[in-house]
Amino acid sequence: MSAHRNPPGLKTLGMWLFVLSDMLTFSTLLVVYSALRFANPAWPRPFSLNPGILFATIMTIVLLASSLTMVWAVDAIKRDQRKRTVQWLGATILGGAAFIALHLMEWCHLLTVENITPASNPWNVPLFGAVFFGVTGLHMAHVAAGLVYLSVLAAGVSRGTFCVEDVETGGLYWHFVDVVWMFVFPLVYLMAVKP
Amino acid sequence: MTVFSTCHKVIGKQYIALSLFSVFIGIFLSLVMRYHLVHPDTKVKLFQLLWPDGAPGGQMTPELYLSLMTMHGTIMVFFVLTTTPQSGFGNYFLPLQIGAPDMAFPVLNMLSFWTTALSLLTLLAAFFVEGGAPLSGWTAYPPLSGLGKITGPGQGLGQDLWILSIALFCVASLMAAINFIVTIIELRAPGMGYFDMPLTCWGWFVTALISLFAFAVLLPGGVLLLLDRLAGTSFFIPGGLIVNDQVQTRSGGSPLLFQHLFWFFGHPEVYIAILPGMGLISTVLSVFSGKRVFGYKAMAIAMLAIGGLGFVVWGHHMFISGMSPYSSIAFSVLTLAVGVPSAVKTFNWLATLWGGRLRFTAAMHYALGFVSLFITGGITGLVLGQPGLDVYFHDTYFVVAHFHLIMGVAAVFAIFAGLHYWFPIMYGRFLNEQLGKLHFFLTFAGVYALFVPLHFAGFVGNPRRYPDFKEYEFLKSVMPLHIGVTHAAYFLAAVQLLFLFNYLWSKRRGALAPANPWGAATREWRND
Amino acid sequence: MAIAILIAALAGATVALFFQPRWWFPDAISAHAKAYDAHFLFTLCVIGAIFVFAQGLLTWVILRYRDRGQAPSAHEGNNTLELVWTSATAVVFLGLAFAGQGIWAGIHLDAPAANALRVEVLAKQFAWSYRYPGPDGAFGRVDTRQIDDASGNPFGIDAKDPAGRDDITGAILRVPAGRQVELLLKSRDVIHNFFVRELRLKQDVVPGITIPLRFTADTPGSYEVPCSELCGLGHHQMRSSLVVMAPADFDAWLQEAQQKAAQP
Ligand code: HEA
Ligand code: HEA
Ligand code: CUA
Ligand SMILES: [Cu+2]
Repeated sequence: MSAHRNPPGLKTLGMWLFVLSDMLTFSTLLVVYSALRFANPAWPRPFSLNPGILFATIMTIVLLASSLTMVWAVDAIKRDQRKRTVQWLGATILGGAAFIALHLMEWCHLLTVENITPASNPWNVPLFGAVFFGVTGLHMAHVAAGLVYLSVLAAGVSRGTFCVEDVETGGLYWHFVDVVWMFVFPLVYLMAVKP
Repeated sequence: MTVFSTCHKVIGKQYIALSLFSVFIGIFLSLVMRYHLVHPDTKVKLFQLLWPDGAPGGQMTPELYLSLMTMHGTIMVFFVLTTTPQSGFGNYFLPLQIGAPDMAFPVLNMLSFWTTALSLLTLLAAFFVEGGAPLSGWTAYPPLSGLGKITGPGQGLGQDLWILSIALFCVASLMAAINFIVTIIELRAPGMGYFDMPLTCWGWFVTALISLFAFAVLLPGGVLLLLDRLAGTSFFIPGGLIVNDQVQTRSGGSPLLFQHLFWFFGHPEVYIAILPGMGLISTVLSVFSGKRVFGYKAMAIAMLAIGGLGFVVWGHHMFISGMSPYSSIAFSVLTLAVGVPSAVKTFNWLATLWGGRLRFTAAMHYALGFVSLFITGGITGLVLGQPGLDVYFHDTYFVVAHFHLIMGVAAVFAIFAGLHYWFPIMYGRFLNEQLGKLHFFLTFAGVYALFVPLHFAGFVGNPRRYPDFKEYEFLKSVMPLHIGVTHAAYFLAAVQLLFLFNYLWSKRRGALAPANPWGAATREWRND
Repeated sequence: MAIAILIAALAGATVALFFQPRWWFPDAISAHAKAYDAHFLFTLCVIGAIFVFAQGLLTWVILRYRDRGQAPSAHEGNNTLELVWTSATAVVFLGLAFAGQGIWAGIHLDAPAANALRVEVLAKQFAWSYRYPGPDGAFGRVDTRQIDDASGNPFGIDAKDPAGRDDITGAILRVPAGRQVELLLKSRDVIHNFFVRELRLKQDVVPGITIPLRFTADTPGSYEVPCSELCGLGHHQMRSSLVVMAPADFDAWLQEAQQKAAQP
């Protein structure tokens, strides 16, 4: 088939649909979480305010900041400042990478020091770990995929092959990943604060 | 024609080729099953050749039967009925019918096809691993499917591959769904409103919308099940189990949770299988009765209603599962409500024929056969949809009869109608009409002979998923029924070779077709 | 043409099959089962009428409007008609849904009788076990570590609990005719299903939860219980029996079994 020009808005719509369907995937996990928590009344609440919640809050702030830099990247490409765009994308990637690094540190701490694994934990409600690692793991996978996505985007922008819509679409994805975290954070962390 | 083509026409044909390959595996498996059901003690060399572990000395083991059944169901549902009507026909004809140059994302399209192919290979690989294919049915309920090998052979690597295959299929279907929806919303020809699209496009549109949501739920369901198997979690495994005399240490999970996730997908899935066919049948009936579709708008709205309501009736597969009896009442009312738009479609099909001038081409035969089978298969849904009556029929051959008539064959008849109708566009030639009609008559009679008697096995209480019926006194009486059914299955399978021959032969040698042989009004027939 | 005849013939044959007596429900042995049969017959008449009408109409339309050179009419739709048949089907289908709730409520929503005989049912791959509480009317505590099929303790009745000493276990479900029985269904491994055709009752047995199932059988006799939920390679052999006994016979059996249980 010969290459044809598609009308604008195609990729944006495609991304919206992806987001819609991915939202349902996350909702499924959160429903599973709620159902299991409801069925296991002795659900543990292991997170202390400091360092547990504090640490997660820092992660949240890092992720939010990367959303902000993403906004600026979109803003830059709209003014056709390609170099600027690449820089802001770089900053966003850095933010995402920092989030993953912090998250992995937290995981390691839980796995080794607190003895919470996907299959067991000290309170004998093994599902706590399964849900925790399942939900945060799925989210982290989305962040990691986003890093690859944004890198390709940055490369394309600097080569001049990608245009405004591409960056906007990437922004949509990134903000979505961010919004999902805004559900994960209260449900998984805040609702498991030490009483 | 390149292998990794991004052209929608090539991809459409690739999908059809993939499901043509799959359907014959599925038919073969069903014949082996049917044979074993009536000759449970006969040793067959071929079985030993194909499955040395499953049929030592040619004697089929129960686990082999169950794994064939699982693979038969999975192949037929996913790789035949979710593949040809939507991805096959849709890819080829949607862009042509709405005047788009191609699908919105050609590369994504290519990726969805190859992911589907990979998924099929993964599934078939399950036959060749240690323990063989899984035996937990196409519904894969845990804990049977969640605990690994101790619940039976085939529950090891075979089950893992099965889940992986389904997960890949979900990913492929999600990509395809996005592609279809964007194409329909954005790439319609200038001036073509939603209610100017042919009903086929409505079928593909609603199906894509359903896929977008249904597969998004099956995917995490499958992943969680895989985690239960491989990472030692217990999402679907309750505490205190003793399996095969081994005490299980896991606890806290819920088997019913999986059923909810599966059927939240599974019921919409059956509409994914039939909605494209409904759209297609409307078109074929209208073309060959020389009239426009009766109640076009009502037909489109009925599809939307089926799609929407389809998401709130999943509980009718779980009436007997131990969920709250009160929720059964709600699911029952909604289930019978989703029958209403289906009946509306039937009325409109009949009204389309009414006052027309019917031309009995092969495609028209299949379309009329579809209507008859849809009524026969759908009407038993009104029995199953009542929990009070389902307490007897659940998991009996009555259910098997219901879903084979409506899905196994009504939807398959839509595929036949579509192939006969569109073959001139796809290959510039006709499928042989005489042979097509002969195949229709034999198949149509064959499926009634095959599946109607199974209802009566259901009345006797014959449970499904039984490798043989020797253990029970009450099942002695159904044996004559099963013997008849098995003969019908041989006959029906042989008749399908007629179709295969017609297909392969006509592709090369069929009569050349003029530009618009049927006198259809939709865009795909315009030569531009 | 030929297709119209074939449709009519196949639809006719389908209907005719319903008049053969050979493959049908077994005789009903409880009030619920009789109510079931009555409601099924009612449903069958409704869907049978729809079936005959719809297939008949299809046949007739094909015959009447076959190509005889006539000009097709230009009907494209009629909103009144759509409205009429939509609401008519809605009334019929929803009517069925509501009419069917009675028998469902009868088995699941009615309160249990005060004198119901309670029996615990345990399913495992691939066998059934039943437990009666004994004269004290209480089930003994269970302890999964004491489960031992070989020595006849599939439930894992705790040897230390006195309430459990008189519990009666067995592989056949015996119940008295005319008295309500409440089964407590449990599974030890995967999902199974307890099905008695003559009672028109079927219930999944799900590990991790206890599901009650109530019935009152009226006709003494022995009835097969086939496992009806796929549970593995022995699914088709997971057979058990329900034996409905005259009340006096049941009491005699119970007494004997209790005596046996009392001797260590
Ligand atoms: C294409 C697939 C397909 C379709 C369309 C349907 C359609 C319907 N199905 Fe079916 N069903 C399956 C595929 C399908 N089903 C499968 C695969 C299973 C088994 C899964 C498994 O366990 O393995 C199943 C199982 C199944 C069950 C669970 C049974 C059990 O396991 O206990 C139930 C229960 O309610 C049910 C109900 C219905 C209903 C009410 C409809 C309705 O949508 C039907 C609507 C149609 C009609 C009502 C007929 C319309 C026509 C008329 C009424 C004529 C009117 C005209 C005139 C009078 C002129 N189905
Ligand atoms: C699309 C769905 C489909 C189709 C077509 C079929 C076709 C057949 N099925 Fe199957 N079946 C299922 C879906 C299907 N089945 C499912 C979901 C299950 C449940 C599995 C489970 O319990 O887990 C099942 C289970 C099942 C059982 C029950 C097993 C048990 O419970 O123990 C039996 C037994 O007789 C059976 C028999 C048959 C036979 C004889 C055929 C056929 O041989 C009939 C002949 C075939 C045709 C008439 C179709 C030919 C079509 C073409 C040639 C199209 C070609 C064109 C293209 C694809 C482009 N099937
Ligand atoms: Cu136990 Cu099937
Ligand atoms: Cu359903």
